[in-house]
Amino acid sequence: MATQILLKNIDVPGLADFQVYRKLGGYAAAEKALKTLTPDQVTEEVKKSGLKGRGGAGFPTGMKWSFIDKQSEKAKYLVCNYDESEPGTFKDRHIGQLNPHQLIEGMILGSYALGANTAYIYIRGELFYVLKIIEKAIQETYKNGFLGENILGSGYSLDLYCHPGAGAYICGEETALLESLEGKRGNPRIKPPFPAIVGLYGSPTVVNNVETIAALPWIVNNGSEAYAAIGIGNSKGTKLISACGHINKPGIYEIELGLPVEEFIYSDEYCGGIRNGNKLKAVVAGGSSVPILPASLILKTAAGEPRLMSYESLADGGFQTGTMLGSGGFIVMDHTTCIVKNLLTFARFYRHESCGQCSPCREGTSWMEKILTRIENGQGTMKDIDLLVDIAKHVEGNTICPLGDAAAWPVASAIRHFREEFEEHVKLQKCPF
Amino acid sequence: MHKHFAETHRCASLQKNNKIKTEYADMQEKIKISEFNRETLDLVNQIIKRYPQGRQKSALLPVLHIAQSENNGWLSPEMMDYVASILDIQPIEVYEVASFYSMFNLKPVGNCVIEVCQTGPCWLNGADKILSHFETRLGIKPGETTADGMFTLKTVECLAACGNAPVILVGTEYHENLTTEKADNLIQKWKRQKKISHTNPYL
Repeated sequence: MATQILLKNIDVPGLADFQVYRKLGGYAAAEKALKTLTPDQVTEEVKKSGLKGRGGAGFPTGMKWSFIDKQSEKAKYLVCNYDESEPGTFKDRHIGQLNPHQLIEGMILGSYALGANTAYIYIRGELFYVLKIIEKAIQETYKNGFLGENILGSGYSLDLYCHPGAGAYICGEETALLESLEGKRGNPRIKPPFPAIVGLYGSPTVVNNVETIAALPWIVNNGSEAYAAIGIGNSKGTKLISACGHINKPGIYEIELGLPVEEFIYSDEYCGGIRNGNKLKAVVAGGSSVPILPASLILKTAAGEPRLMSYESLADGGFQTGTMLGSGGFIVMDHTTCIVKNLLTFARFYRHESCGQCSPCREGTSWMEKILTRIENGQGTMKDIDLLVDIAKHVEGNTICPLGDAAAWPVASAIRHFREEFEEHVKLQKCPF
Repeated sequence: MHKHFAETHRCASLQKNNKIKTEYADMQEKIKISEFNRETLDLVNQIIKRYPQGRQKSALLPVLHIAQSENNGWLSPEMMDYVASILDIQPIEVYEVASFYSMFNLKPVGNCVIEVCQTGPCWLNGADKILSHFETRLGIKPGETTADGMFTLKTVECLAACGNAPVILVGTEYHENLTTEKADNLIQKWKRQKKISHTNPYL
């Protein structure tokens, strides 16, 4: 059984109650940090742990924190990115719903390290019921003295609030999230300056994913070395993988990074194999934005090595034959799946979610959806397939935020690995599925 | 002929005037209901206090959620103007935000808004079938409302519950692992309950 850091007590009844969480050792890390560690020591621990941002980008968390301008006289902010909306990703919802105090404790640790006295949890509006669970937990935490003025007599004060989004995937991009938190449209900002310098209300700000923050109490309790001992290579610790699609056991699994992909898909401990005994056709391993891989390349790298669930192994081969760990949204497709239609749903998603600021993304996402609709409906031409590749190429890298890349990569990779299927749609003048 | 035209024209004009009057009265009615009651205002003030002084605009999204629930599930121009006045910002600052986020309805909706997820993972598990089932049962297409004003059908993008696909959202309730049978039971239940999906999400 893999080490469980995030899901360890998830099945304990009443875990969302302060006392239940506390009895299981909860808030010990907050106590330890506030009473015995300086903010810089907490940052140092997180740096040494090798924890990376679990929202998808995989940027080292401790390093992100160290960019904060501590000398600035402005208020500092920690903002939790709970705008979970990358298709295939449904891990964060679970944490807030069942174990809100681990998130709150992580927020206390992160805020303390950054010198933030106000922190926000920005949660997608559709998850209002989770927001209410977290708000209730926050109130309990205030009552028990772990939030508010002079926490545990340490002289450190923190106010923590939830803030709902209102249906916009783009707000998962950190600068769009900050705009949204300021009560504006979710248009990403031009970087630099990065939020660590000019963030919320122009103040130094760190935005971290839910899962990243929820890992902090364990790291502070057990030490960075213990965390870094889990995993493989530069992929340290555990990762939540939300598995869905055509598998026998869809759900959320906490794996130690480095688990073989084959074991993850076929072992009964995890996905339990493909539904109805069907054949594996393709996997989108890290949320809809990452390149799709055919069965042969998801199970083994191009060099024939077993593919592992880690940042490095999934990226092995670059985009030609590899993909990304991303958010851990693991979408499995069996042999009955039409790759074109699946891609069309992603293309529609990105067209719908483009904020419209940059023309390559605003126009490109719309064109890609139109052309894919044409191909799926049997009205496409061979030229359309090349046109898609061309559009994807011109969207990628030409936008303020990564939504352009996220829209382009699925298209480019689906055609790279399943071109024949697109051609078949054109030749038959209908969807073969 | 001319007389007839004039008569018809006069009638049309009268009708138009009456219509304007009625619309004006409706608007007056709406302005009245645009004002939050004491309890809601307390909640709004409590939310505004979560942001630094002078940053009350930050409360816009939460307040719009509340405003929509208090205005039969949609944001009328009058309601948006009222929200602008509460937060001491320009009405345009509210319009541009309300039109950006997909959870805000800028046109009237039915009592019970059914949002069907249609993105990849839900599609892989039969979201198409669920959507067309709702279309058939309710006799409407996405974006439409039933004649009795009971149901509005909407398609939405990923609701982040892909492990339990297909998924629909009604107000703040997720309904997961949906089947056509479950959908039928839900429709029956909502009809029986005279379900209203736009309740204040904070309460």
